[in-house]
Amino acid sequence: MKILIIEDDLETAAYLTKAFREAGIIADHASDGESGLFMGSENSYDVIVIDRMLPRRDGLSVISELRRKGVHTPLLILSALGQVDDRVTGLRAGGDDYLPKPYAFSELLARVEVLGRRKGTPEQDVVYRVGDLELDRLSHEVRRGGKEIPLQPREFRLLEYLMKNAGQVVTRTMLLEHVWDYHFDPQTNVIDVHVSRLRSKIEKDFSRPLLKTIRGAGYMIKDEG
Amino acid sequence: MSRFWFLFKSTAVRLSALYILLFSICAATLVFYVTAMSQRLLSGQIREAVQQEVDVVRRAYDLGGMNALLRAMERRTRQPGANLYVIAGPSGDILAGNVASVQPGVFEETGWTSVPFFYQRYADSGVDRRHMAIANIFVLDNGLRILVGRDLGEPERFRVLVRQALMIALAIMGLGAIIIWFGIGRNALKRIDRMSAASKKIMAGDLSQRLPVGGSGDEFDRLSVSLNTMLERIEKLNEGLRQVSDNIAHDLKTPLTRLRNKAADAIDTANEDQRRLALDGIISESDQLIRTFDALLMISRVEAGSVAAEMSPIELSTIVADSAELYEPVADEAGLLLTSSIEPGISIQGNRELIGQAIFNLIDNAIKYSGDGTGGEISLKLLRRPDGICLSVADHGPGIPADKREDVVKRFVRLDESRSKPGTGLGLSLVEAVMELHGGTLELSDTDPEKEDSRGLTVSVIFPVKPA
Repeated sequence: MKILIIEDDLETAAYLTKAFREAGIIADHASDGESGLFMGSENSYDVIVIDRMLPRRDGLSVISELRRKGVHTPLLILSALGQVDDRVTGLRAGGDDYLPKPYAFSELLARVEVLGRRKGTPEQDVVYRVGDLELDRLSHEVRRGGKEIPLQPREFRLLEYLMKNAGQVVTRTMLLEHVWDYHFDPQTNVIDVHVSRLRSKIEKDFSRPLLKTIRGAGYMIKDEG
Repeated sequence: MSRFWFLFKSTAVRLSALYILLFSICAATLVFYVTAMSQRLLSGQIREAVQQEVDVVRRAYDLGGMNALLRAMERRTRQPGANLYVIAGPSGDILAGNVASVQPGVFEETGWTSVPFFYQRYADSGVDRRHMAIANIFVLDNGLRILVGRDLGEPERFRVLVRQALMIALAIMGLGAIIIWFGIGRNALKRIDRMSAASKKIMAGDLSQRLPVGGSGDEFDRLSVSLNTMLERIEKLNEGLRQVSDNIAHDLKTPLTRLRNKAADAIDTANEDQRRLALDGIISESDQLIRTFDALLMISRVEAGSVAAEMSPIELSTIVADSAELYEPVADEAGLLLTSSIEPGISIQGNRELIGQAIFNLIDNAIKYSGDGTGGEISLKLLRRPDGICLSVADHGPGIPADKREDVVKRFVRLDESRSKPGTGLGLSLVEAVMELHGGTLELSDTDPEKEDSRGLTVSVIFPVKPA
């Protein structure tokens, strides 16, 4: 995966580039809005990570201009302005995801991976499969090893989101955003409780664990068998 | 003089000056119109009177010839009044009448004189005094010219008199207006002076100052009242800010110090596992700090009202039900039963995210402070009341003594007994800020007032109902 980081703080940019490289992602860097716009429209990237406040050209205007030029690369906005209304403006300008500063790199990486995977992967699968776990999006049935697991509607959506991003880290805030549609940090372990309930349902009677807790980041569903 | 110019700079004074000017123009126009009209009426009357005289004289001549005419004229000249009677020869030389001389050329035309002309009376001989008159002149068949006219002195005097009266009236009015204007202006100026004195003190930092309110309810009072309301709000915000900075100093310094110490320990330790553990601790410590800062920022933004734009119609019943569903497992893990009684279909105008977060905070608090006893219950209620839409979260924990309830809403205030629990001490402050943004209120009460040891706490938020 190749991404573009548009960030004016050189120290942050260097840290991000290095950390992404360690995670196996090639990262280019643009240090202002104008060069970011140029690089973003001239080269092909899987994801663009953009700071909202940039010299020479404001982040939001870079995003709108990229979209106007027909660049549909998934775009993640990083910003110190993290309140709901800021996110709404960012997403309306054409961003696909929004992460307020300060953020944990694991959260950023998880979101970038999800965005990068989204490109070119249509969500048309009716049945998600991870190992012997199956989730049917139409009939809302979950089976593991042929045995049906009854889930509450919300548990179903939780599992659906995890399985849709199978093999990727999904953070707590991503779950709150996509499953409950709230865009703030609940500052409690509320998501963990739901995940652990789900975990007990899909793993209790089975030998192999599927749902892993990634320390300091979130969760990942993956078959390692 | 400079004070006078300063006066003139004030809007009130300038406006009154403008009013006076406009009023004077109107008054002058009116008076001129009235005098012109009365003069026209008067001259019409004069002409009519002269015409009657002419008719009488002419009839006398027609009936009795020259003698009768002379008699009639002589009789008439003796009457009081200012009529002019002149018999002149064909060349214009005066033969008889009560006038010494008339302006040359008057006899050249017949009928009404087109403009008033001058004449001299016998009594005026030797004095250069001229009178003005209008007249009707007709020619007898013997070639003599008869002039019947009337002196214009009286209407002229009337005109002069009216004009003089007008001038005096205008002068008095102008003078009065200037005095009144000066008085009003000075009064207004004094009040403005008082206001600017107060605002200078405010600018110097004394936010407890208020602008003077006279009590008359006039524009100045209304302005002062609304500025005072604004000041009150600023003072409150400022107080909040000061309190926050104090609390940041107290409450954030401690975790920052802990953070620093942990980092120092991590550097010193040789054991890799211990170092990892220490770094983990640092991360969770900084996460907690970030949360606190986020919560603080959120509260100040909510209080500043900058998120008010995101208000939309939202279904409160659904949000409360969702929150109950989200927290039900959490309560369950804590050995508590979360029950909810939600009146369906309650909608309000609001910000879903903020209200959601406020409800999360309330349930979270209830779970956190429900005491260690298992089997407790937390009940969530949403219902319509006459005074608004009430959402309450009741726990059966130790509760909060009535005298400490006001404190717990303040930022960073955590009662001693709760210090051991994780949290930022900002939860209820945020709830209160959110409620204020939505025009609602926050109420704290006992759940079980009759129990001595654990009264429990019920936190209710009441959203106002807008008249349909």
